Amino acid sequence: MRMSPIIWMSTIAIISGCTGNQSAINPKGAPAIHIAHLMSGIVAVCTLVWLLVMVMLVWALLRKRSDAGEQARERGLTTTVSAAVGATAVIIAGMTIASFYTTRDIGIPGEAALTITVRGQQWWWQVIYADPDPALTFQTANEIHIPVGRDVHVQLESTDVVHSFWVPSLAGKQDLVPGRTNSLLLRAERPGIYRGQCAEFCGLQHTHMAMMVIAEDPESFERWAVAQRGNSVNPGKPDAVAGQVAFIAKPCAACHTVRGTPAMGTTGPDLTHVGSRKTIAAGLLMTTRGSLAAWIADPQTLKPGNNMPMVPLTSVELKNISAYMESLK
Amino acid sequence: MTPLDNVADLRDTDLNDVELDRRLASTWATPKGVWGALSTVDHKIIGRRYIITAFVFLALGGILSLAMRLQLAQPEARFIGPDRYNQIFTMHGTNMMFLFAVPVMEAMAVYLVPLMVGTRNIAFPRLNAFSYWMYLAGGLLLWIAFAIDTGPDVGWFADVPLSGPQYAAGKRADIWAQMITFTEVSALAVAVELVVTVFKQRAPGMSLDQIPLFVWSMLVTSFLIIMAMPAIMIASTALILDRLVGTQFFNPAEGGDVLLWQHLFWFFGHPEVYIIFLPAVGMVSTIVATFTRRPVFGYLGMVMALIATGILAFGLWVHHMFVAGLPRLGESFFTASSMAIAIPAGLQIFCWLATIWAGRPVFKTPFLFVIGFMVIFVIGGMTGVMVASVPFDTQVHDTYFVVAHFHYVLVGGAVFPLLGAIYYWFPKITGRMMNETIGRWAFGLIFTGFNLTFFPMHILGLQGMPRRIYTYQPEMPWSGLNMFVSLSAVILAAGFLLFFIDAIRSALSGPVAPANPWCASTLEWATSSPPPAYNFSRMPVVGSLEPLVDNSGALPVASGLFVDRRELVVTSVVGALPEARESSPGDSIWPLWSALATTVLLIWSIFTPWAVVWGSVPLAIALTGWFWPKGTKEDDA
Amino acid sequence: MKQTIVLDLSKLPPHGLGTASLTWWGTLAFMLIEGTGFALAIAVYLYLMSLAPQWPLHAPAPDLLAGTVLTLLLIASLFPNILVARWAKAQDLRKVRIGLIVMSLLGIAPLIVRVFEFPAMHINWDQNAYGSIVWVMLGLHTTHILTDLIDTLVLTALMFSRHGDNPRRYGDISDNAMYWNFVVATWLPMYICLYWVPRL
Repeated sequence: MRMSPIIWMSTIAIISGCTGNQSAINPKGAPAIHIAHLMSGIVAVCTLVWLLVMVMLVWALLRKRSDAGEQARERGLTTTVSAAVGATAVIIAGMTIASFYTTRDIGIPGEAALTITVRGQQWWWQVIYADPDPALTFQTANEIHIPVGRDVHVQLESTDVVHSFWVPSLAGKQDLVPGRTNSLLLRAERPGIYRGQCAEFCGLQHTHMAMMVIAEDPESFERWAVAQRGNSVNPGKPDAVAGQVAFIAKPCAACHTVRGTPAMGTTGPDLTHVGSRKTIAAGLLMTTRGSLAAWIADPQTLKPGNNMPMVPLTSVELKNISAYMESLK
Repeated sequence: MTPLDNVADLRDTDLNDVELDRRLASTWATPKGVWGALSTVDHKIIGRRYIITAFVFLALGGILSLAMRLQLAQPEARFIGPDRYNQIFTMHGTNMMFLFAVPVMEAMAVYLVPLMVGTRNIAFPRLNAFSYWMYLAGGLLLWIAFAIDTGPDVGWFADVPLSGPQYAAGKRADIWAQMITFTEVSALAVAVELVVTVFKQRAPGMSLDQIPLFVWSMLVTSFLIIMAMPAIMIASTALILDRLVGTQFFNPAEGGDVLLWQHLFWFFGHPEVYIIFLPAVGMVSTIVATFTRRPVFGYLGMVMALIATGILAFGLWVHHMFVAGLPRLGESFFTASSMAIAIPAGLQIFCWLATIWAGRPVFKTPFLFVIGFMVIFVIGGMTGVMVASVPFDTQVHDTYFVVAHFHYVLVGGAVFPLLGAIYYWFPKITGRMMNETIGRWAFGLIFTGFNLTFFPMHILGLQGMPRRIYTYQPEMPWSGLNMFVSLSAVILAAGFLLFFIDAIRSALSGPVAPANPWCASTLEWATSSPPPAYNFSRMPVVGSLEPLVDNSGALPVASGLFVDRRELVVTSVVGALPEARESSPGDSIWPLWSALATTVLLIWSIFTPWAVVWGSVPLAIALTGWFWPKGTKEDDA
Repeated sequence: MKQTIVLDLSKLPPHGLGTASLTWWGTLAFMLIEGTGFALAIAVYLYLMSLAPQWPLHAPAPDLLAGTVLTLLLIASLFPNILVARWAKAQDLRKVRIGLIVMSLLGIAPLIVRVFEFPAMHINWDQNAYGSIVWVMLGLHTTHILTDLIDTLVLTALMFSRHGDNPRRYGDISDNAMYWNFVVATWLPMYICLYWVPRL
């Protein structure tokens, strides 16, 4: 049994309802919606053309044959083939033009409400909310918050190899190329959590390089940004206090920053507000005290080859550090 | 001893047919034994080896794909870890492109083109032997490296900096880059042989407008190889230099550029698609003509379409880089040029449809594969138009949609015609027929299995599943379709298994084939199945596009060649008017020694640049041995 | 299949020369391959130049002397080269032998000058991308000269052997002469690129 494109299209219609928050056919951002319109147009035309060709093929194979009129037949064929080639040219010209207009629609506007820098690293996303005032600049990892209904300009850079930033429900993808800066327009039309994933093969853990884009109303977004700008909260509970001490004493601080503490490492993600993020390890696990403990205890089993080493910890230290991480809201 | 043995410079005019065949056989035949096998320059023996080797690589690459489907059938499966998985998908792509698809097309041409143009051996037959040994050595290098866990793991496109000195420690990426050198040397060698064979060794009278379409397609393909492969040679050499001696081609910190790699790679990589597809176009044209009992409609248009595709192929490479951040206006130009390729491709499809419509179809297995090709390839063409659109591509680039697209194009567009071609030319090559019943079953399984396997991948891609991931999380909505795809892959694999069984069984014990079992019209069917070592006892003379149809019964031939030395006729490029008799080089072991010396040099140079200096000494000796005259009649004529 | 003889080939020459020779066409095809390679190397040079803030990158422009001497040498070598081709066509063994010895020497001379060209670039291959591409371009062309030189030396030895006086050998010599013309022709754009483009 072969699925014909007609069935395919109806399948798309059916599945796009339950296709998840990382889907080009479930668009919720302006660029993705523009592209989805173009896609359905092109798919419809192509399906039609394919069906026509198939009808011709079946007819050519199975038609009843007579011997008369060979000469006229060849002439008729020449006309038909020429017409078909002409039609092909017209159709692809139409698609080229449609494609050109869509390209214009999803282009980067001059003015954006917000500019975010995303830096790809093996295998996580560093997200920088820069501000002319350095005190207001902050960074996060693998989680991007944007205000709904505003143009957000994303600057894409890479510190190591080529990655590709792709949140299909919001926009098409764009590569992060070492030595270059690319840019992309995001504009969520509806609040929600949209998942994205690195689309360019970038090494061992290319598979586990996801991020969440959280689109919220401008007020919530502003509240979130204010909270993120602040230094880390001081732990209250005794296990978290002990966890902070251990975190700073152990190699953890050499790679991670927790603003407001002596931990100033820059190799790994900034953990100042790690407890507020939905996921850890670039979308691998939901953030809970248990998953934090599992991750810290043995990052190489959960995400083989990633750059976080297994730091030897006693079970008490592990418990405390996990509690501390969770408290960093 | 007959009295004629003492006559010097014996010509075919002096002999009766039986005696002529006997003497030509003793002049042209490859001696028995290992030495004979290693030093043969017979294009048929080398072509057969090439084809068999390429199909072995197809089987190996297929096993790798099954391993990937096993791993992806369920979310978070743990059959294969990320390190091995990355090697496997890199091997699958590299193997299928460089060790199967391009070589198998050239291999078919090495076997068939000299027969189809009516000559006795390919031009530069020793170079041909050399090219096979190089290909074999490159393939062994890659697979042995994989077996000892040093297989390349940077993707078949080996993007820098991931494949560069900083992020790809060890020798894996060097193996990839050097395997490229092996296969490109062999591909370029065959391309040169084919160009010269088609230009200069056509049967007297076979003017440009009487060349069979398969031969035309291989001529255009050979030019594509000649123009495109230097780009990948330059790129892979620069990569090796960056890795081995610290050049800075791809290091942005020192004035190098990451996208330079992508430009060079895709300047080769896109024509590569047509290097694989155009021979298939030639195969389809040949099969359609034979099984509709009429010449292909619009010969001139078909030839123009081949040439137009070949030229356009060099103006499309940027469509592989639509998300790399190049200027949008430039990208729109490449959208237009990429879509424009639909015009020659469409013309070809319409001409075949017209041929079928006007002809009288005979539904044998080769023709079934051509029908399957039409169904599948047109879908691949449609999705090709989709990915040519910049905005569309930003959503599907590097997703399973693209995986589906290029399998529709490459498997549908090239492997289906190839399988048809194997069923079609099998009797010529082996002297035995393949089994029609098993052939139908194989076709049915492959056609069904292929579509069930690859069609759902379009949807997976649109649902956000990227390529080259070794697993996915259960919360992603992909597991159902992935399981379906993996199960369908079993059907596809069963079809291929059946094909292999049929091919081996038929080669050993199939019914004996007559000279022209399909009542075909081109010259390769004018000689016995399999052809004798000298192909034709007298050089055929051609006066039409369908020499076997228009000369009912007797083949017009030319006489006057020597029989005690390997001789063939050289004709002019346009009109194929006879210009000279020419000696064709005899068997020689030196191509093998040269290939071995080159192999040592290339593998050694993965480890030290001095290998290029010291390794070139034995190579120079071997090449001198190759070209130094041995005082044979061929050398001194 | 039954045959009817319609054409007699016995009067044809036993070996084609020029465009009737297979090796002539083979040499042409290999020149096309190498020409594409050289064109791409120049394209890479210009591409890297277009990205660089200044060119040459962190180096002065190359010294002209060695490269210019080599260029003049190569151009001068064309004259004996064309003579050798002419003598080969006339199948004049004595003159061909002398010509080949001259051409061997004219193949060695540029290699000696080439040794001075690398330092004249004032940059090493591993310093930056500019250094990398100029060294690779010089290296590519050096290989080019070297392979043709070895070919010339082998042919010279051949012409002094018992296999020498043979139309087939003379054909090889004119193909080799054609190839040397190509070696010279590919150098000219490279010379302009390496030595004069940085001075623009």
